[in-house]
Amino acid sequence: MKILVCIKQVPDMECRFRVNGAGTWYEEGDLAFRINEYDEYAVEQAVRLKEQLGGEPEVTVLSIGPDRVQESIRKTLAMGGDQGVHIRDEAAATKDPWQIAALIASYARGKGFDLVLTGMQSQDRGSAQVGVLVAEMLGYPCATTLVGFSYDDGVVTARRELEGGTKAVVRFRLPAVATCQLGLNVPRYPTLPNIMKAKRKEIEAIAVSSLADEPRRAGTRLLYLPQKRGSARVIEGEMSSQLEELVEILKTKCASTR
Amino acid sequence: MKTLLVLECRGGRLREESYELFAFAEALGGERAMVLIGGEGAVPKASRRLYLADAARYGEYDPDQHAKIIVEAARREGSDCVAFVHSSYGWDLAPRVASALGAAQVSEVLGVKEGAFEVGCCNGKLRRTMATDTERVVITVQGGAFLSWEEPSGSPEIVAVEIAAEPPRIELVGYEAAEAKTVDLGSAEVVVSAGRGIGKKENIPLIAELAKALGGELGASRPVVDAGWLDHSHQVGSTGQVVRPRLYVACGISGAIQHLAGMKGAEYVVAINKDKDAPIGEVADVLVVADVVQFVPALTARMQQYAMTG
Ligand SMILES: Cc1cc2nc3c(=O)[nH]c(=O)nc-3n(C[C@H](O)[C@H](O)[C@H](O)COP(=O)(O)OP(=O)(O)OC[C@H]3O[C@@H](n4cnc5c(N)ncnc54)[C@H](O)[C@@H]3O)c2cc1C
Ligand SMILES: Nc1ncnc2c1ncn2[C@@H]1O[C@H](COP(=O)(O)O)[C@@H](O)[C@H]1O
Repeated sequence: MKILVCIKQVPDMECRFRVNGAGTWYEEGDLAFRINEYDEYAVEQAVRLKEQLGGEPEVTVLSIGPDRVQESIRKTLAMGGDQGVHIRDEAAATKDPWQIAALIASYARGKGFDLVLTGMQSQDRGSAQVGVLVAEMLGYPCATTLVGFSYDDGVVTARRELEGGTKAVVRFRLPAVATCQLGLNVPRYPTLPNIMKAKRKEIEAIAVSSLADEPRRAGTRLLYLPQKRGSARVIEGEMSSQLEELVEILKTKCASTR
Repeated sequence: MKTLLVLECRGGRLREESYELFAFAEALGGERAMVLIGGEGAVPKASRRLYLADAARYGEYDPDQHAKIIVEAARREGSDCVAFVHSSYGWDLAPRVASALGAAQVSEVLGVKEGAFEVGCCNGKLRRTMATDTERVVITVQGGAFLSWEEPSGSPEIVAVEIAAEPPRIELVGYEAAEAKTVDLGSAEVVVSAGRGIGKKENIPLIAELAKALGGELGASRPVVDAGWLDHSHQVGSTGQVVRPRLYVACGISGAIQHLAGMKGAEYVVAINKDKDAPIGEVADVLVVADVVQFVPALTARMQQYAMTG
């Protein structure tokens, strides 16, 4: 069995964002980057399936982006991925989900992947498109938003998360694409020996120009900070004075709920 | 713009959220029609054309066939925009329909600004407007972003749609109901919620103590539940409970849209967060910029003292 996991590197959402001079994207210089949270569940699921099948499946982890994404790929190899594929693209951030999916499909086509796992969405863009588009392009069935996954003899029985805690149980045959939702599993922390081992695993670098290129369908016109409605009273400073201020507020609020 | 609104049917009934699409279409302007894979019981109250395919034949969930039906309706209607709710149904189908129509897709639209679609970015810390380069466009609309105050009324002109039925590649085995609630947050007057910012499971008691001191219930954001620090009945949000307390205290919660969906009806919101720019500040009345692990126990002590001495 061959498994492909697609991961995206995204900014840490707790960073302070600044809009670039052209007003079209954020300044990347001041940000810390990490693996898209949803994609960690995808990696974990692939490794669990590999373990379930006695180590037979081969897990390839792919990421499109500038050189820094290799750090994220390396981390997934320490989680148990077998090899990495880095599609080198300095302009990845300006590409739309359609173009990203086309690059992934162009890489994957003809390689006989049985299962392609992606995150349900990327944290920075939140488009929830790439996984489904890859499936359409490869002609694979696709199940989205999985919070449960079990495999037996070519068939996956999965739980899709719907609204308000309801779930749908679905069944499909491989080959297929599945998109992973938060809580699908508990992603592992790489252990020190596995981090050392991962250093020796191969990351193949591929020039984006060697893959099929699709024209853009949608792009960012303007990026900006949301207008603050300015309703929140911000309490900063020394903890003792912060406490003083908040306690006075809560006294009145709690009195009214008694 | 000729917009096709994709309505949703679950368990034989129309999902109420479908009506939000009407308010979106209103903001966009132009003509509109609807499409639904459902049955008699799910027909919307709206006097527009409705392309209706029978869920008994195509299933309530079969993304491949549903996409084909929607594409067929869009072709017949000559739609240049197809709009879904950004829901588990909508985000699953929209890329399939966009792909078949050769259309650009813009996800989770929260506004229409001078003809461009406005969307959030980076957990709500940024916003952007999108330009599309295709003739047609597929949209998913953020839940709660477009609300209409009009009571839906009318009855549609129904046009039946049929396609060649095929065995599903993704088979729906059945639905699983949400787990039984062990905590009823819905009727609580005060809810104090723990977010990922509390750092570790061992800090849950700090938040629970504050909840107790304020006479409230303990809530949580999703990562706290996913990590197994609390069970699901504590989760507030679009996939948890919806709360309407008089006081909501968010401890180490960033304020993602799915969390806000569960608590924005709260009367008064206090957020405790070390990040002054956290999006929770948009809905909070008070944002205390502090480390929850230090601040919360001190606050609890003060409130306990107040309760004793009055
Ligand atoms: C379909 C779908 C459904 C979802 N449903 C839900 C749902 O029902 N409920 C829900 O909550 N989420 C839901 N989510 C997840 C949601 O998108 C967010 O990922 C989640 O709400 C984030 O939780 P959080 O704010 O606790 O964590 P984070 O976003 O990681 O935020 C942590 C916050 O804590 C602050 N912080 C960190 N350390 C400290 C400290 N020491 N002191 C003070 N502050 C600190 C940080 O500044 C940050 O603002 C859903 C997502 C999807 C895609
Ligand atoms: N640059 C990328 N490289 C590899 N995978 C990606 C990239 N962008 C998106 N993906 C995958 O597609 C999923 C959905 O992304 P999106 O459609 O952007 O929300 C992500 O969770 C990743 O698994």
